[in-house]
Amino acid sequence: MSAAFDVIIGLEVHVELKTASKLFCGCSTAFGSAPNSQTCPVCLGMPGVLPVLNREAVRLAVRSALALNCTVRPYSKFDRKQYFYPDLPKAYQISQYDLPLAEYGWVNIRPSGQDVKRVGIRRIHLEEDAGKLNHLGQRLGDAVGSLVDLNRAGVPLIEIVSEPDMRSAEEARLYLTELRAVLSYLDVSDLRMEEGSLRCDANVSLRPRGYTGSLEELPRVEIKNVNSIRNVQRGIEYEIARQAELLSRGERIVRETRGFDDVSGRTYSQRSKEEAHDYRYFPEPDLPPLVLQSEWIEKERAALPPLPDAIRQDLIARGIPDKDVEVLVLDREAYQYWKEASPAFSDDRLLVNWMLSDVSRLLNAQGRTFGDCPVRPRQLVELLTLIQEGTLSGRMAKEVLDAMFETGQDAKTVVKQKGLSQITDESALMQVVQRVLEAHAHVVEDYLSGKDKALAYLVGQVMKETRGQAKPDLVNRLLKEAIRGGQTVSG
Amino acid sequence: MAKSLWMEDAVTLHELFVAGEVRATDIVEHHLERLNARDPVIRAFLHVAAEQARAQAAVQDRWSPAERAERPLSGVPVAIKDNIVTETMPTTAASRILQNFYAPYNATVVDKLYEAGAIVIGKTNLDEFAMGSSTEHSAFYPTRNPWALDRVPGGSSGGSAAAVAAGMVPLALGSDTGGSIRQPSAYCGIIGMKPTYGRVSRYGLIAFASSLDQIGPMARRVRDLRALYDVIAGPDPRDATSLPDTTDATPLSRPWRIGVPREYFGEGLDPEIRHVLDRHLSQLRAEGHEIRDISLPHTRFAIAAYYLIAPAEASSNLSRYDGIRYGFRRESRDLVTLYEATRDEGFGPEVKRRILLGTHALSSGYYDAYYLTAQKVRTLIRRDFDDAFHTVDFVVTPTTPEVAFRLGERSDDPLTMYLGDIYTVTANLAGLPAISLPVGWAHGLPVGVQWLAKPLADHQLLEAAEALEGLLPPVRFPEEVEG
Repeated sequence: MSAAFDVIIGLEVHVELKTASKLFCGCSTAFGSAPNSQTCPVCLGMPGVLPVLNREAVRLAVRSALALNCTVRPYSKFDRKQYFYPDLPKAYQISQYDLPLAEYGWVNIRPSGQDVKRVGIRRIHLEEDAGKLNHLGQRLGDAVGSLVDLNRAGVPLIEIVSEPDMRSAEEARLYLTELRAVLSYLDVSDLRMEEGSLRCDANVSLRPRGYTGSLEELPRVEIKNVNSIRNVQRGIEYEIARQAELLSRGERIVRETRGFDDVSGRTYSQRSKEEAHDYRYFPEPDLPPLVLQSEWIEKERAALPPLPDAIRQDLIARGIPDKDVEVLVLDREAYQYWKEASPAFSDDRLLVNWMLSDVSRLLNAQGRTFGDCPVRPRQLVELLTLIQEGTLSGRMAKEVLDAMFETGQDAKTVVKQKGLSQITDESALMQVVQRVLEAHAHVVEDYLSGKDKALAYLVGQVMKETRGQAKPDLVNRLLKEAIRGGQTVSG
Repeated sequence: MAKSLWMEDAVTLHELFVAGEVRATDIVEHHLERLNARDPVIRAFLHVAAEQARAQAAVQDRWSPAERAERPLSGVPVAIKDNIVTETMPTTAASRILQNFYAPYNATVVDKLYEAGAIVIGKTNLDEFAMGSSTEHSAFYPTRNPWALDRVPGGSSGGSAAAVAAGMVPLALGSDTGGSIRQPSAYCGIIGMKPTYGRVSRYGLIAFASSLDQIGPMARRVRDLRALYDVIAGPDPRDATSLPDTTDATPLSRPWRIGVPREYFGEGLDPEIRHVLDRHLSQLRAEGHEIRDISLPHTRFAIAAYYLIAPAEASSNLSRYDGIRYGFRRESRDLVTLYEATRDEGFGPEVKRRILLGTHALSSGYYDAYYLTAQKVRTLIRRDFDDAFHTVDFVVTPTTPEVAFRLGERSDDPLTMYLGDIYTVTANLAGLPAISLPVGWAHGLPVGVQWLAKPLADHQLLEAAEALEGLLPPVRFPEEVEG
């Protein structure tokens, strides 16, 4: 980034709330059903219908707002945002305009090598989703027709509007990641960007150094409908470079809406703000104002689960390395797995280490998550306890874990079936050691003449004889003792 | 068939039916016969559901006396204004854009009617989307005033008013956004009531101006009006603006304190109507009631505020008629042209005028000056009434400044037509219950008096109206204008 500009980024995030029914009618919100199968006169915008507010949606929205440190307004109202489009049955969206549900929140992000940074949240409001258009043809431009699916029309959304506090694409990525993590602990949304239950629009402007005007007046480009956090970051990166290039050539940046093409990694112009809509917002006369009692708000606040910042502190206090802490915190299922396993196991570092290396590797290979891990936390603890007790070596434990993944069996069952128990009986092992020493007398000589590597070879031979069931440090000690003893005898 | 059942009032018909003295089938046939005789000229109906009504009657004729008695409107024919949706009959709102439209559901009031045993005769004409005061703005045909066939029945519930006045039905539903029940009731010499905003569910009423619209009953007798009101009123979980069942139960004590707002008797009021009103007030005084001169100072801003708020909401409510999902569609080469052509051909001139007005009033840069200011005026008007009802029980005004005008007389003069709403819009802006009663005649045409009460005092208003009925001219039918 050229030193001549500051990057100014603000994000608008839409989150579909996980209610059973839509925001203003009783239709199901399930994803992926046959087109228009989840509709009724209300969400189809038939003549004469009226909206009735879904209380559960209000509760989930308030929960989200509180978790994001917002102030929930005791009095908010709904407004109509008006525009014509076939995905909007009433030709207006019921949203909240000047009195949103909640305001003035924040999330903390941790840019690498820097202090924790607070990104402000300007407002959160509740609104209904629009339907979906499926264009027949390659692109909208040459579509021969469009099919309207109104299953999504009326699904409850919250829109979370950040302050323009982010200064790089990386910070935007961290903000989105953190936001998603916070919401994931609340269980208010599926948060699937690929299914559209989490959507992000990014506003990007470059502020020349020395600019003293307001941010509002800076030409701002909005990147719309990007389908993954990674692509949000890419889109912003591209946009920063594009705008910087324009400015360096002395050209003007046009205020506009741009799409992101994930194949080329570029943004492209969709609509300039000059042709933008006048949404003609006005208060929704069909809904009374939304009045929330402060006691009820406080009850919801008290019911919030532990959230990422508190979880981080707890994990760090347990001596888990920072890097592992981040991985756990950002993956709610992993954290819950750990939380279930941890009380039964004394060594958190070992537990986390196994979770994030071997268990994760197997999960990734099977396309699974910690939420549907075939090895349950109790079973992993049992396996790790066998290592702690010396019954299994680390290498053997990995083999056992593989089998547990395959069969879902407990560690002890696998160990028994495979005859994998580690040999801890010194006298039994000593016999093997003696055999190996006799068979490799020249290696013993090498060792005695100062070649330390020779001992490793001998250890390897013992391990081979015992099919890996010997404890390596024990073998090491017994070999040394036997060699030293042999010298004494023969010398 | 015996004597003409169409001349009976609704409650009497119900009682005769419960007593087994007449069959529902006879009641229906008498009314259909009357309708067939009168409606080809009056044109009150857009759709006559003769077969459905006969089928309903046949079913009810098999009911036991107990079954008949437990449904308060069994055996009673009712007409429904065609902006109230019905599953088994088309609902057009008298607009080309909804020609042949069948709703996939019944309005709450329609379900309540069926539940109460009412026999639905058909759907009545109106000004397109209830926008107008004459029923001339129907996309299909105008309705004529049964008392003078060259005159309008008023509007927008002109079809319902004419049908009741002409004896085609004893009861009808109307809707009232700025006087659309009361003004045609006055013009046609019947009784019409706009309940307190929120007393009757709007679910299934095709929205014109959501914060003002209210469904209400129309009848020739107060007792009938009350019977219909009792069936349709009450909270509805499908309407978030419907009110919980907390009517003001304070009994009405005599004498009544009656406020007469001087702003409603000034310039523009036909002297003959004024004369009729004066006689009404002297009768009330003679009955021992107290008549008080009061002031509702913000009345003069009411029309301006109303004609900003109502079109603003209408512009939004009518956006859904876009040709995409239902109703009329003009196929076009692209989306924007489809929208434009559909709405251009689908809506009539009065509807377009109000959509334009409303769109402008809500536009960025004009919202504060128009919509917001109008809302402030609305608050002031409400306060005027709050203050008045501290000292009086009722407010009495003329319903309209003039009697029914001639067909076509106001077609090119929307402003004059808007000004005709001057006495009725305040009840909508303030959310009050208001009733228009046929109080006399001027120029050989019916004159209405409007009674207003404080919010939720619907029952007191009905009680007063029932007590007043003795002071009113007897029910007549416009036989003399036959032809």
